[in-house]
Amino acid sequence: MSAHAPTADHVSHGHSSHGHSEHGHSRGGYDFAHPLPLWILFTVFFALVFLTILTVAQSNFSDLFGSYDVAVVMVIATVKALLVALFFMHLAFDKPFNLIVFASSFVFVGLFVIFTLSDSRLTSPAFEAAPDEMVAPIVEHPEAMHP
Amino acid sequence: MSAGSLPKGAIIRDPGFPTKRENYLTTSSGVFSWMFTLDHKRIGMMYLAGVSISFGVAGLLALAIRLHLLSPDGWLFNRPIFKSFTDSEPNDIYNQVFTLHGAIMVFLFIIPSIPAALGNFLVPVMLGAKDVAFPRLNLCSFYLWVFGAIFFVSALFASGLDTGWTFYTPYSTTTNSSVILATMGAFILGFSSIFTGLNFIVTINTMRPPGMTWFKMPLFLWATYSTSIIQVLATPVLGITLLLLIAERVMHIGIFDPEFNGDPVTYQHFFWFYSHPAVYIMILPAFGIISELISVHSHKHIFGYRFIAYSSIAIALLGFLVWGHHMFTAGMSSLTTIIFSALTFTVSIPSAIKVFNWLATMYKGSICLTTPMCYAISFLFLFTIGGLTGLFLGTLATDLHLHDTYFIVAHFHYVMVGGTLVAFLGGVFHWWPKMVGKMYDEKGGQVSALLVFLGFNLTFLPQFVMGSRGMPRRYATYDPEFAFLHQMSTVGSLLLGLGLLVALVVLMMSLYRGKRAPANPWGGATLEWMCTSPPPFYNFDRAPVVGDPYEFHWIEWDESNERYVSVEPERKLVPGEEPAHAPAHSSHKH
Amino acid sequence: MSTIEAAGSDTHEDIDHGHDHDHPKFLAHHFDTPEQQFDSGKLGIWLFLVTEVLFFSGMFCAYAIFRMMRPEVFEGCSQFLNTKLGAINTGVLLFSSLTMAWAVRCAQTEEYKKLTALLACTLSCAMVFLGVKAIEYSHKWTIGLLPPKWFFYNPANPPHPHGGPNWLLWLCLPFALLLIGVLVWLVVSYVKGNRFHFDVAKPLSVVCASFFLGVGLGIILESGEAKHAVVASHSVSAQSDRHAANEATSESGILRERLLQDATNTGLREEALARRRQTDLAGGTVVADQSEVAGAVEHVPEEVLMKSRAGVFFGIYYCMTGVHAIHIIGGIIVLVWLLVRSVRQDFNRQYFGPVDYVGLYWHLVDLIWIYLFPLLYLIR
Repeated sequence: MSAHAPTADHVSHGHSSHGHSEHGHSRGGYDFAHPLPLWILFTVFFALVFLTILTVAQSNFSDLFGSYDVAVVMVIATVKALLVALFFMHLAFDKPFNLIVFASSFVFVGLFVIFTLSDSRLTSPAFEAAPDEMVAPIVEHPEAMHP
Repeated sequence: MSAGSLPKGAIIRDPGFPTKRENYLTTSSGVFSWMFTLDHKRIGMMYLAGVSISFGVAGLLALAIRLHLLSPDGWLFNRPIFKSFTDSEPNDIYNQVFTLHGAIMVFLFIIPSIPAALGNFLVPVMLGAKDVAFPRLNLCSFYLWVFGAIFFVSALFASGLDTGWTFYTPYSTTTNSSVILATMGAFILGFSSIFTGLNFIVTINTMRPPGMTWFKMPLFLWATYSTSIIQVLATPVLGITLLLLIAERVMHIGIFDPEFNGDPVTYQHFFWFYSHPAVYIMILPAFGIISELISVHSHKHIFGYRFIAYSSIAIALLGFLVWGHHMFTAGMSSLTTIIFSALTFTVSIPSAIKVFNWLATMYKGSICLTTPMCYAISFLFLFTIGGLTGLFLGTLATDLHLHDTYFIVAHFHYVMVGGTLVAFLGGVFHWWPKMVGKMYDEKGGQVSALLVFLGFNLTFLPQFVMGSRGMPRRYATYDPEFAFLHQMSTVGSLLLGLGLLVALVVLMMSLYRGKRAPANPWGGATLEWMCTSPPPFYNFDRAPVVGDPYEFHWIEWDESNERYVSVEPERKLVPGEEPAHAPAHSSHKH
Repeated sequence: MSTIEAAGSDTHEDIDHGHDHDHPKFLAHHFDTPEQQFDSGKLGIWLFLVTEVLFFSGMFCAYAIFRMMRPEVFEGCSQFLNTKLGAINTGVLLFSSLTMAWAVRCAQTEEYKKLTALLACTLSCAMVFLGVKAIEYSHKWTIGLLPPKWFFYNPANPPHPHGGPNWLLWLCLPFALLLIGVLVWLVVSYVKGNRFHFDVAKPLSVVCASFFLGVGLGIILESGEAKHAVVASHSVSAQSDRHAANEATSESGILRERLLQDATNTGLREEALARRRQTDLAGGTVVADQSEVAGAVEHVPEEVLMKSRAGVFFGIYYCMTGVHAIHIIGGIIVLVWLLVRSVRQDFNRQYFGPVDYVGLYWHLVDLIWIYLFPLLYLIR
């Protein structure tokens, strides 16, 4: 370790250029730390705080977006999640494979949620209190079943 | 097999035998040197012992089921002896026994059998690595397995478990049996499985030796890699499902309860999102073993390497799209059933590709009917039947008739026992000399393979017939017209048990009577045959030479020493490879 | 070299200088370079995060199914969640993410003092988060907003909060014990002059104390909690004539009144409006009441607040936030481990992996909260 460049010098490497390929394997697998510059961290943090305020504010004015407010809230949350993932979690500068790994998890979550949701959307009326069905006693007084 | 005389002047590699100090089995001794070992080989051996014991327990439960079904009104659990130590109804005992048989077989045996036991031993050795990427995580995952097993066993002693291994709601949230203990056990076992899978993915990704590109990996590693992908992606969903089930039981949160607008079908979706891919966790590593076995014992290059490799990945990914075919009759919407049925058929494509490639590998190969090869061939036969009967069940119309009958039981036993168990046994016989350094009695092994094959078919072929005639599964009694078929099945199960017992005896005898195993008893070309049997503690003294794992041209039979050796001719070197004749300087690889 | 390489002679040497010349202490024997070790760990933690995402996906799926089927339950029940506390917790977690990311940087640049301080800061944020959560939970448990099995919040019949345990006290107890333990450790290590232990205990005592900072913050921000007594006395005297006696004298009635004064609690206000009308009409029988309410109000909040409706919402709420809180606690445990190691100065430019991995885990916990907050607190 002692043979390496002093810390300050090393920090300057980290500034935004960040090619992993640049000096990824240059020193025989001994020089791979790429510290993120502080201004990125702070910018991201303030952006996140701003978005949080934004999302709380918009929820107080629900008339603004009407029934789209779920979508708006989720978009804001996703932007925040992306900021955290790309910068705090270094995905923007990480090996592409790690990015693929993490992104794939959301693909499979999507698969799972979409299939299950679409099916229960299609079938759930069978479990609802349909007025013309004669299963009424069970559905009408759910409280009675659990004293 | 090649001629006896070895070419003159060629460089011959044979690691010989390990000394006591090198041998991983004897390098240190004492109970603690095993309990706290970080060596992947020892952990693999502990897993092997563990899964074998679980298999024994679950197998005995299976025999109990079969013996109970000897007569239409139930035989075994009606015996007076059961009355003396339990006041449960015979039918309740039956329910608990088949549940525990299924749950132990699935969670404690089949899922960890090949990946955790054989995989742990083989993955690093096949990679020429010293260990898996995270040895401590590996040990942790073994102990998680042990704790999960303890939970399961305590469920047995607490108040039994009678839900079936699937824990379907609403029964599992209302029954008085110890569902929480068992689900906790399955939850913990899930983490064990996740950690093993995670470890293998990382190991295969980052620890391949120079020269071993993705397409120079043995197919067993491809299969393990695909399995690990499923383990990492699917198992957490099982974890949360079981957690929600526990929450449902404890707090009555209502997610799966129609009374609270919940839906039991939701539970089935959650459960099968894991458990269908889990079916491929069980069978994919078996595919990997068969790819190795058939190629090595036919002494012929594997046919269609890339197709087999890609089909493993394809099965792993397609396996995530078909979970709904377990629920065709559960009240899913008809649109969803059609989609799932159509997707189900796509899985048969990569599976068929594999079978065709194995057959093509055997074609004109110099096949040795060694014990592993006997098992491999019986796998081909049994798995094909299991796979093809799966198509009946994937078809919506026939599934309505066959669902929840013995046809299903027979189908998944053909895949799980005829497929995974037989491949597991084949793998154990194949790598046993490597694992313990002793050769077993070949004749005995072949007899066991034959008995297993006959016993298995006698057990489960009648069940196809019964199922198609409407015999429902999970029933403790049955219509007298099925008596003959059931009795046939019971006799078959005893024969199967005998075959497995013979296999066990043969393997155990080898420890005491067996000849010392050479490094390469079968003439394999993958890296695990390049180190001594058993391997030294760090697997390889020097970086092994990486070549084509299925090129048997350089493997020659050394008549005088009765072993296979690798003969290195002059050839072009793979980039990054050290010349074979130059002494390697250290085990350090760059 | 002989034609046939026998195993014996030369392998001994190999084992002796087995792992080998320039193998630094932090480099595990089976890795060749620190970078290989780091890459392995990094891929490993990413795969672990994948499992975490899928683990939470089950609950998000359950949430989505219920919200799809019963949107009005989610709208109604979300009113009981305090947006201010949720927002504060979001901010706290975001800040802890910042300090964590910064800590990773410090580990890479070998700034040990800063690293320790930042890890302590992250830990303190985690504790504040838990403190606020304790306020939220204990408050709901007291008024009976629980999963269906224990759900006893009933707008028609006031509950009996005096019978129940003081949940806040019970939640604070383990942390109080922890704080006392760490303080004792701090003093003992100071007296004994054990520099290392003292250096570890010092930040940890701040961390443990932060839990109570969170509790305090929660008490202040929980709407009107500080003015609880005043509001209570006022409402008791002011409303006893307007309301049925059993409603006003009970603490739940007060709480409900207090919630009503919160401008954001529209659902609750509507519901109370309905009940007021019903009491004005006539203090009749229960059956009559219910029919009146059902007839009078469009959104039927009475129905929403049934065990089988609201209970399910709170069941999901406790599952999601509870599992998330367990992850926070897990994160705290590993962060403490990191703190000890950073005091020991274990990390350097080639070995900062553990900080990075824990950081990634911590960011994921933050990331999940980023979704939980709008999905649970911000339903309008």
